[in-house]
Amino acid sequence: MNAIEFDRVGKLYRLGQVGTGTLSHDLNRWWQTRILGHEDPYLRIGEANDRARKGSSDFVWALKDISFHVAEGEVVGIIGKNGAGKSTLLKLLSRVTAPTAGEIRARGRIASLLEVGTGFHQEMTGRENIYMNGAIMGMTRAEIASKLDAIVDFAGIERYLDTPVKRYSSGMTVRLGFAVAAFLEPEILVVDEVLAVGDAEFQKKAIGKMQDVSRGEGRTVLFVSHNMAAVRSLCQRGIVLENGGMVFDGEVNEAVDYYIDGAVSKEDGTIMDSIIYKKDFLDISEILINGTSANRTTLEPRQEFLDIVIRGEAREAMKCEVKLILKKLDGTPMASLIEGRYTGRLISVDPGPFEIRKHVRLPKYIADGDLLVDLYLHQPIIQDFFIARGCALIHIEGFYDEFATPLVLGTEGFLGLESE
Amino acid sequence: MPKAANNSGWTLVIRPRKRLLDLDLKSLWRYRDLWYMYIRRDIVTFYKQTILGPLWFVIQPVLTTVMYMFVFGGLAGISTDGAPQPLFYLSGIMLWNYFSDSFNSSSNVFTNNASVFGKVYFPRLVVPLAGLTSNLIKMGIQLGLFILVYIGYLIAGTPLQVNAALLLFPFCLLLLAGHALSWGLIVSSVTSKYRDLKFLVSFGIQLFMYATPIIYPMSAATGRIGKILWLNPLSPIFEAFKYGCLGCGSLSWGGLLYSTLFMLVTLFLAVIVFNRVERNFMDTV
Repeated sequence: MNAIEFDRVGKLYRLGQVGTGTLSHDLNRWWQTRILGHEDPYLRIGEANDRARKGSSDFVWALKDISFHVAEGEVVGIIGKNGAGKSTLLKLLSRVTAPTAGEIRARGRIASLLEVGTGFHQEMTGRENIYMNGAIMGMTRAEIASKLDAIVDFAGIERYLDTPVKRYSSGMTVRLGFAVAAFLEPEILVVDEVLAVGDAEFQKKAIGKMQDVSRGEGRTVLFVSHNMAAVRSLCQRGIVLENGGMVFDGEVNEAVDYYIDGAVSKEDGTIMDSIIYKKDFLDISEILINGTSANRTTLEPRQEFLDIVIRGEAREAMKCEVKLILKKLDGTPMASLIEGRYTGRLISVDPGPFEIRKHVRLPKYIADGDLLVDLYLHQPIIQDFFIARGCALIHIEGFYDEFATPLVLGTEGFLGLESE
Repeated sequence: MPKAANNSGWTLVIRPRKRLLDLDLKSLWRYRDLWYMYIRRDIVTFYKQTILGPLWFVIQPVLTTVMYMFVFGGLAGISTDGAPQPLFYLSGIMLWNYFSDSFNSSSNVFTNNASVFGKVYFPRLVVPLAGLTSNLIKMGIQLGLFILVYIGYLIAGTPLQVNAALLLFPFCLLLLAGHALSWGLIVSSVTSKYRDLKFLVSFGIQLFMYATPIIYPMSAATGRIGKILWLNPLSPIFEAFKYGCLGCGSLSWGGLLYSTLFMLVTLFLAVIVFNRVERNFMDTV
């Protein structure tokens, strides 16, 4: 039996300012649709939600033509880049906002965790907030009272129960919020990235609790996350969204792989394409990694250095350092170069053309596999001058000579240790 | 699985539009504990970290009454229809505070609760209803003050005519709550998109106080002005209460009927508007 059905669901958003000029649009729409019985004039001009390109229309489909069924007890991960429509989808399902088109059907009580600790009031005590938050989520006072001990225990805040929440650390607040939600016992649980907060121990606890909810208690869970490891371990099925449309629906590992392939910048692009943020006074003319400006490169076996060159022009003086993060395709960071942080030495760049070179020494034994590069120019802790995430894909051949076969990234890790 | 088998038994169907007047009282009832929690939050957080605590509910009307006695009773010399000035002003202030506080809390429903409304669904009407109730509690405390002063005057031997019209008091409160709620809901629905109204309303309600018989009795407003003031649906309510406990003013059954009908019509409109805005306000707020 299906617990949730999405039937050609769409959500249209208007871009730009909402306050000005909409009264006339609203009147026009009302006149056209309600009085004259025409088709909605603003529904037609919507286009797919590609934020990178500037569209001609003020209206954008955050979600378009989404249809899928979720069976009872199924755990489905929703993945996609920022702005792909994941949160909008969850918002529709949790009835925070209404769809523009289509229909959503569900069976059973839905609890949505779009945020932990919704409705917490800083002045109220932990106990009062448990009741408040629980009531907002639809629990009755009797229900909360019967679970109070378990909630407090799970959150680990026994000593602070009668202290106002404003005295809590942020971690405690998050734990308390998640604990209330964890004991909701809804038929359908909708979760949006709440696991991204809290320390490692708590994340483990939270994931464990969610596993109990889905496996042990047979509830339906819809889970949105950027944490591919969590998605893989929690979900059986994955749905990939891209620019408001559904591009993949299937087994979770395939879905994650599909997403990762899409996340790597397009072949035959350049490193510069991936700059998502840049200071206005800065112009970047060229970035070379391993001697190429293309976003694909290969590290030869026994290559000892990775070269990075950034050329450009600054109209203001900068004190900066290069930050480089190598990560696996699922986003797990493997190694980084953040010398500004650990040596404290920064490069001074005067106004005018500049060239920054980094000659990065590589460890002797590194594994065979593909790594993504995040490249930053930053002043540690203070500011970023530019950010280019996932700007290049490095294929590493790994160490080998006549005797040894290379390490394998997926099973043996990135780095080969040595002994004396 | 064949589609036909799935067509029944949905507990929730989400569509772009819903019926015009869909109150869903059942789910409102299911969330009654949330209503209680909102009231509790309003009251508890009001006096957290204050020394005088709930006493603040009383200090404000006392000081306002003293000020009115000085300005309107003393300097301007406006009649109180023979009733003792403190009682006359206090009764008006008490009712007016209830109306304006309730109106303010319901007119800010969307903007003040945007962060919560943006994350969780529950019947939004719970919040303004809780606001009405916590203001009622506040008014109850002020009523206690009023009764104390009243008894003080009785002991001092002032002749005060309590009469059967006082039995209308609960009905008067209900009317006031209904007016405050329906106007508040309309304003909050409109301000979620068009903010201008907020500025108009916040000083408009201050001015509106002078169109309501609080600092003057209706008997002082004669001729055309009197007729206009009777159009104010709040006037009969204030007059009826003052008539019941102080013996001044006038009890107008026609006026109360007018006020009731006015309230029912606006409440009907308010619920329709509120329902419509409730669904999509997160996109516009």
